[in-house]
Amino acid sequence: MSNEAVIQPGVISHEVHEHHGEHHHHETFISKYVFSQDHKMIAKQFLITGMIWAIIGGLMSVLFRIQLGYPEATLPWLEDIFGHWARGGKISPEFYYALGTMHGTILIFFVLTAGLSGTFANLLIPFQVGARDMASPFMNMLSYWFFLLASIIMMSSLFVQTGPAAGGWTVYPPLSALGDASQGSKIGMDLWLISMAMFVVSQLLGGLNYVSTILNMRTKGMTMTRLPLTIWAIFFTAVLGLLSFPVLLSGFILLLFDRHLGTSFYLSDIVIAGKILPNEGGSPILYQHLFWFLGHPEVYIIILPTMGLVSEVMSINARKPIFGYMAMVASLFAIAVLSFLVWAHHMFVTGLNPFLGSVFVLLTLLIAVPSAIKVFNWLTTLWRGNIRFTPGMMFCIGFVSTFISGGLTGIYVGNSTLDIHVHDTYFIIAHFHIVMGVSAFMGMFAGIYHWFPKMYGRYMNNTLGYIHFWITLACAYIIFWPMHYEGFAGMPRRYYSYENWESFKQFAELNRVISFAAILSFLVQLLFLFNFFYSIFKGRKVTTKNPWGANTLEWTTPINPGHGNWPGEIPEVHRWPYDYGKDGVDFIPQTEPVTKDESKH
Amino acid sequence: MTSTEYFIIIIVVLVFIVVFQIAKASEYVSVLKGEKKAFEQNNRINGFLMLVFLVTGLAAAWWCNKVLYKKTLMGVPSASDHGENIDTMMWITLAIIGFVFVITQVLLFWFAYRYQASEKRKVLYYPHNNKLELLWTAVPAIALTVLVAFGLYYWFKITGDAPKTAMEVEITGHQFGWEYRYPGKDNVLGRQNYKLVDPSKNNPLGQDWNDAANHDDLHPSEMHLIVNKPVKLVIRSQDVIHDVGLPHFRMKMDAVPGTPTTMWFTPKYTTAEMKKITGNENFVYEIACDQVCGVGHYSMRGVIVVDTQEEYDKWLASQKPQFLTAHPDGVPPAAKSAAAEATGTQTPEGKPVAQAEEH
Repeated sequence: MSNEAVIQPGVISHEVHEHHGEHHHHETFISKYVFSQDHKMIAKQFLITGMIWAIIGGLMSVLFRIQLGYPEATLPWLEDIFGHWARGGKISPEFYYALGTMHGTILIFFVLTAGLSGTFANLLIPFQVGARDMASPFMNMLSYWFFLLASIIMMSSLFVQTGPAAGGWTVYPPLSALGDASQGSKIGMDLWLISMAMFVVSQLLGGLNYVSTILNMRTKGMTMTRLPLTIWAIFFTAVLGLLSFPVLLSGFILLLFDRHLGTSFYLSDIVIAGKILPNEGGSPILYQHLFWFLGHPEVYIIILPTMGLVSEVMSINARKPIFGYMAMVASLFAIAVLSFLVWAHHMFVTGLNPFLGSVFVLLTLLIAVPSAIKVFNWLTTLWRGNIRFTPGMMFCIGFVSTFISGGLTGIYVGNSTLDIHVHDTYFIIAHFHIVMGVSAFMGMFAGIYHWFPKMYGRYMNNTLGYIHFWITLACAYIIFWPMHYEGFAGMPRRYYSYENWESFKQFAELNRVISFAAILSFLVQLLFLFNFFYSIFKGRKVTTKNPWGANTLEWTTPINPGHGNWPGEIPEVHRWPYDYGKDGVDFIPQTEPVTKDESKH
Repeated sequence: MTSTEYFIIIIVVLVFIVVFQIAKASEYVSVLKGEKKAFEQNNRINGFLMLVFLVTGLAAAWWCNKVLYKKTLMGVPSASDHGENIDTMMWITLAIIGFVFVITQVLLFWFAYRYQASEKRKVLYYPHNNKLELLWTAVPAIALTVLVAFGLYYWFKITGDAPKTAMEVEITGHQFGWEYRYPGKDNVLGRQNYKLVDPSKNNPLGQDWNDAANHDDLHPSEMHLIVNKPVKLVIRSQDVIHDVGLPHFRMKMDAVPGTPTTMWFTPKYTTAEMKKITGNENFVYEIACDQVCGVGHYSMRGVIVVDTQEEYDKWLASQKPQFLTAHPDGVPPAAKSAAAEATGTQTPEGKPVAQAEEH
């Protein structure tokens, strides 16, 4: 794309917005905080909604960890709060399965997809490409409101008599298709599906906006190869979402048909609760293909944005350019493409054709190559840097550590032969929680600590940040590292109790330790939340425009930017965003023209 | 709530308040000391903690292995031939990823410690190096190719056709239990139709009694296998997706309603031998459902007994065909209706025949 083509739309939108800006004196509370079309406010809306969800989802894991760690304990207050779900102070199996299912759904979709991409795509795209706002601020607002609608519906499913969905976050039919198969497959499942449909709409509205803003609204001089890696990562994330979420939606719609219209897409030869069902010829495996066609890109939808955030924050705080910028972009691209070709590695033991399985093994292990490149590039970025341990930077290092740990076990489970043994055991839980749960949270925290000054004009408390980091990292390893061993014993996941199993009951003590660490790490997240909300109002004020000494455009805006971001002209970009430590100069912002005697890279 | 619980809550709240006060105070201190000095101090502490974390972390990993290793199956030989291949593969992979793990984690935390901010250091402007990048594209690619090659070699061995000598056993999952069926003397599993399933008529598997191959099929309450004899499991489900998980054999396969699946392996040790190997008197080969199947998923347990040939023969002789349980007179329903027709008590379209087909 030539620069000329890039500049045109930018200029137009900039004029419109400047004109627009004059009306902003009449901003009401509703238009500023509720039905806001300002990308910064929408980002905050996504972030805070995501945080509320994270607390709910995290609390759910605490509850089922109580059951797993202390199966014999009776806690009467549980019954006081949850009634028949915890009769006698013990979490019932129905409740346990509902908790596990909702924990997965909430954390994966509502926190680490909407909460993460929604926050940082909205916050950073206009800031870092140099635009006044998103391509369509109205669609952007709709994206949040559809997300909120999805949230409200999902939340309401927690309060229906038969409880929320309880068949695992993947909601495989026939379990999820038949009300007779599980309590959670009654009305709770319908609400789940409707909520997720709304969620998909929200993702598509958001994703279209992200892609079109990045492609069309870059400021003068901001060629694609001068984009910060955050933007590249968000760009690929948005493309992944746009291509895969519709497939998920189709899978869900067929499931709704099977539930209510008597179709047999996923149902065949079923006898349930003594009833012989008429459905014949369907295949539950079809659903799994449709689900994982999104489901696998989904894990990259979660991790790619955090890779971008980490690359950016790490480079700034190592005071050194990110190593291998083009390789970073290329590996993001490779991951994005390959992520569409590996979905069936979730299905090695479904009776999948072994030859087909072997193709997916090959492609799955192929995706480890770009991931390895990224890790080595991050390590080289740290090498001979001058590292400032801001809380954001600490979380970057935590991210790389957990990404390595969880990524390496991916080589283990991606190989179908080994997957046979550890499939659906605690090994898998350990693998994906470390690589896309903990890592993604680490990256998200890095982003929050780093861009908090831009969001609120204040800093978060550093000491609380350090405590938050060290306890979170230690707990993450204490929780998930030993789970690999449970997996090596073949211990299945999603069991309510292991007491009656000769093969798995030896881990009772370990499960207590894990539960304790899980509760501790949950409490530390509350500390983070306290730090976050306290700092919005009482944090140390930011006094300079560019507190981190960063190169990207968002730090050229005023400390508390209004709608439109830059009071005057949008700055012009002259260089890539990673000129740290070049020719002995600490940092050279993107807006600095290249001088004649500057060395080339 | 009990007083202990109140006590715990009060402690947690107090800890929160104390931590917060310390954090707040540290901010004031940094204002007094000067931002720069406070930053330098924090940086030194965190840099040091990076090193501490690395060392403690590696030590903890070693200790964790020491404590947990014997509780896993890693030290127990696989009970099937396929499992031995899987174990070999596991050790190769663990060696490779373990090596990479240690190297990369050490580099990560060491660099973090070593290159913490210092006034004296000048950073190296090092945006890229094509040779290095090529190196760490090529090396992982080669290592992974080796792993893929090994993996697929075993994968095709494991998923390939069962030997002709293999005995056949059918295992059917339903909420929340397993049913087993043996083909009997004719070595043929009789025809089935899910519409015939009716536990109240002693036909929990929907066997079609008009198929003579069904008449000698056995329906025992445990699965018995013969040591060193290949077995092919035909896996079915009657309601939702289940999974036949056999941790000691390192095998696993989903049970999918409407689509029977298969898996085969050769047991290597009898249950009695495994008791000795594991040193556990209560050892049993357990079948664990490995695909969430509803509220009783965690209780969907089955047992496999691996016998010697003699033990197996003895056990087999004690089993009675399900057909005889369902029809104590030994006459199939079609024969009955044919007899009824012959005596003129029923029309050719008579009910007994239709019922037999539909149930």
